[in-house]
Amino acid sequence: MTRAFNWLFPHPLLTVLLTVVWILLQNDFSAGMAVFGLILGVIITKVTAVWWPERPGGVSVIKFLSYALIVIWDIMVANIQVAWIVLTKPNSKLRPAWIVIPLDLVQPEAITILAGTITLTPGTVSADLSDEGHSLLVHVLHTDDPDADRDGIKERYERRLKEIFA
Amino acid sequence: MSIEVIGTYAVAICLLIGAAFALIGTIGLLKFNDSMTRLHAPTKVGTIGIGALLLASMIHAHVFADGSMHELLIMAFLFVTAPISANFIAKVNIHRRSCDAPPPPPKDDTWSTLNVPEADRELAEPEKV
Repeated sequence: MTRAFNWLFPHPLLTVLLTVVWILLQNDFSAGMAVFGLILGVIITKVTAVWWPERPGGVSVIKFLSYALIVIWDIMVANIQVAWIVLTKPNSKLRPAWIVIPLDLVQPEAITILAGTITLTPGTVSADLSDEGHSLLVHVLHTDDPDADRDGIKERYERRLKEIFA
Repeated sequence: MSIEVIGTYAVAICLLIGAAFALIGTIGLLKFNDSMTRLHAPTKVGTIGIGALLLASMIHAHVFADGSMHELLIMAFLFVTAPISANFIAKVNIHRRSCDAPPPPPKDDTWSTLNVPEADRELAEPEKV
């Protein structure tokens, strides 16, 4: 039974996601469209499973939702801060900096989410990963204390992602 | 106050917020004089500016028409793809040396953008040969 399930759904979460995206694309819910979305979800995950053989480990959904809410709140707060910097700070007083974040995360999915979060929160852009994937290069628009920024990102985002992908 | 009046005001406020952030992002793009700091402007427009405009579109569709969920998809795709384009622009900047050189990583040898295979080293850094 589990083997048949694994054969049909190599990535169950991706199948669910594709079905939901298909239903949203229709902009109108009907049973036929849901079934068609499910068929698409099964076919697409089966065909692309060759390039993504390993299933990502378990994810705590509730913790992930709270993480998403925190990120959305941070995006709004940081947007206003950066808008203030753009409007009021002259270029000569701007202190951009590179900061290096040593990573405790190992899963590629978790590192991708962390890098995406850092880029989406205004004021920081994740620029690069080291060749073995142990640290992340981040560019900050304006900072007085790069070390505090690094610790803030580690404490606020990476610690939560570690719990989510534990 | 009917639902239409409240909806109209909500749409107008969302449009104003979105337009204001888009304007501030553009001012930032013009004002900053370094390619890395300039990169920070589009990430702002991509999140709050577009988010507020799409929210206005959603409220309008739900109040005055049957409602539409396409905006959620647009937002999801934007949030997924915006960091990737920002990442590529940052990588190009590092390659072109148009910004300060990044500090070396603490654990590994180098950043993956600067990691050139042995066979291509002469092509990558001709001035050192």
